[in-house]
Amino acid sequence: MTRRLAVLAVAGAVLVTGVGITAPAASQARPIRIGFIVPTTGVFAANGRDMVNGFTLFWEQRNFTVAGRRVEIIVEDDVGAPANTLTKARKLVEQDRVDMLVGPLTANSGLALRDFVHEAKVPTLFPIVSADDITQRRRTPYIVRVGWTSSQPNQPFGEWITKNTSYRRVATIGYDFAFGHENVGGFQRTFEESGGRIVQKLWPPIGAPDYGPYLAQLRRDIDAVYAIFSGADALRFLSQYQEFGLKARLPLIGGGTLTDEHILPQMGNEALDIVTPLHYSAALSTSENRAFASAYAKKYTRSPSYYSENSYTGARFVYEALVALRGAVENREAFLAALRRVEISDAPRGPVTLDAFANPVQNIYIRKVERRGGLLQNTVVFTYRGVSQFWKYDPEEFLKQPVYSRDFPPMKP
Amino acid sequence: MRMRRPLRLLFLLLGGAALLLLPQFLPVYFTHLLILTLVYGLAAMSLDLLLGYTGLTSFGHAAYFGTAAYTMGVAIVRLHVRPLPAMGVGVLGAAVLAALFGLLAIRATAVYFLIITLALGMGMWGLAYRWVSVTGGDNGLPGILPVDLGFGWPLRDAVALYYFILTACAVAAFLLYRLTVSPFGLALRGIRESEGRMRMLGFNTWLHKYVAFVVAGGTAGLAGTLYAAYNGFVSPTDLHITGSAEQVLVVILGGSGTLFGSMIGAGLVVFLRNLISAYTQRWLLILGIVFIATVMYAPEGVLGKALALAGRRFSGRLVPAAPARREDVLGELGVDAREEGA
Repeated sequence: MTRRLAVLAVAGAVLVTGVGITAPAASQARPIRIGFIVPTTGVFAANGRDMVNGFTLFWEQRNFTVAGRRVEIIVEDDVGAPANTLTKARKLVEQDRVDMLVGPLTANSGLALRDFVHEAKVPTLFPIVSADDITQRRRTPYIVRVGWTSSQPNQPFGEWITKNTSYRRVATIGYDFAFGHENVGGFQRTFEESGGRIVQKLWPPIGAPDYGPYLAQLRRDIDAVYAIFSGADALRFLSQYQEFGLKARLPLIGGGTLTDEHILPQMGNEALDIVTPLHYSAALSTSENRAFASAYAKKYTRSPSYYSENSYTGARFVYEALVALRGAVENREAFLAALRRVEISDAPRGPVTLDAFANPVQNIYIRKVERRGGLLQNTVVFTYRGVSQFWKYDPEEFLKQPVYSRDFPPMKP
Repeated sequence: MRMRRPLRLLFLLLGGAALLLLPQFLPVYFTHLLILTLVYGLAAMSLDLLLGYTGLTSFGHAAYFGTAAYTMGVAIVRLHVRPLPAMGVGVLGAAVLAALFGLLAIRATAVYFLIITLALGMGMWGLAYRWVSVTGGDNGLPGILPVDLGFGWPLRDAVALYYFILTACAVAAFLLYRLTVSPFGLALRGIRESEGRMRMLGFNTWLHKYVAFVVAGGTAGLAGTLYAAYNGFVSPTDLHITGSAEQVLVVILGGSGTLFGSMIGAGLVVFLRNLISAYTQRWLLILGIVFIATVMYAPEGVLGKALALAGRRFSGRLVPAAPARREDVLGELGVDAREEGA
């Protein structure tokens, strides 16, 4: 009887120590959890869906594993409103105990999330939010951006326009919030520094039902119009631009989202010949992009937008960082450092590295909308290689100026 | 719906005990949801004072909520006022705004009142959106410091903040309740039933409505400052018309004219929205079905229905039915039930 008890005790002890030994290993194999905050309902649902698609496509291709650990993605819907973004972030961090956050979509959600992750010290990847200051005046060690700053493609674009076109007097029309201001501001700065002149700025609100009043205000003595809209607004603006008979006599240029692939399939001839800059085009002819675009089209029966590519490449950043750390996501500082060190030479959009402010240095493509085989596409007409968010300026000097806004740079009298 | 006093006390005690103890048992995330419930619930309660008790459907109530949050935020971020006094400034700001808007809105009745409050509310949204140098525009106003109770203990921790907000809400709810059962509150109900008769009895109905309007605005403002203290961030979406509409829905869901029902309504909306959306993208559909079902089968709201059922069981006889009928609810929404039926 006592012997049996002793055996039991020994067995129990072995069991306990055994568990004690295997416990760390088991926790090592615990899945890596990624919280993904995007709008999957509401006005921005289509863009949010492109983001989820791009992100999951990458992980599917890797069987949802990295360095022997499984990867779990928890998608939460924030409807594109900052208050919801915060609630969902709290849920993901405190309830689901995610190792990192990815998202969101809208700039105001991103700025709200910035303070939260800065305080909670959660590694966060921003694939889309392009508010300049996230990696400039309000940067934080906890956010790594793999997308762009709104002004980044526009700074080379301003110069490209004066070099390659005869447009010298340009009117701008764009969203009356940070995204519009920063697109226009970046363009205005380099365009004017290289000899052009912005003679008029119009700021319709987001979701304006009718652009007629704004189009009627356009001055007669201009060479071209620069426009920056997105989604349904871009569709409505372009069709009204044509209906007003402006397309035939006033060339249209603009920010990259104006003709992005998330809406390009719904457009017709009104989009033809529009020239825009962006760090991606689904029509890039590199083998990496063709492989990505065809895998994406096969799975989701539509062509990838920049939302898809940025999220796909964002997933790649996470993957490469975790490979370098052999899956040890738990050390947040090391993980963030590894994320910042990732260099990708063959992303669909081209080579991507991060600058000292955790914003990508990447190619900027000047694209022109053309019809190929019956379908509209953003044909790349020129490539600026390795463009940083500061363009040719010294970062310190650049950061001394205020962020691009409604009144900065100011209009010349 | 008169309920026997001990029964009502039991309900209140149970609810209070639950609110006090829940954060000790639930995961932290649920504490966050409870905070949101309290904040939105208090805002809806203040709206119920207008909608349920006075019969004024304000469709711009988020304006006071948001204005207070912004006033507090601007005071802290731009003027470096300490958080607690800034809260006071915020509440005052909302009350002053309500006092101004009340002058314009109270003269109107029914659907015209609804339109005016809606327009004024949208005006405040436009101001928050366009006055970039002060409000930060669409980017919102970040950097609102957590409340510091004065002994170097900023309320950053969710549970501590929860008890602070719970205390504030409990005090405000108690005062609102006292107000509704006071002669003033009874006069408001009289105005809801028949303003003409009340005027004939010698009541200054305009003044009654005006005071109710300002009190409701100030209380919504208190909710707004609590919200700003909790989130540390305000953006124009917080005073958008969708916020106002949601408050009306919360009141109806909980039971208009029941005051505490608004808390239950807010809890339902907050928990449904945040828990269901983790499982399905169709959470809006589910929320919509809940709203429709409430209006169709429990127009007196969740709390109203529960009280009616409980009252029937406990007293062993049928309690006189609540005054709310389907027509009333539709009427509050500005829909003429007869037209809709035709």
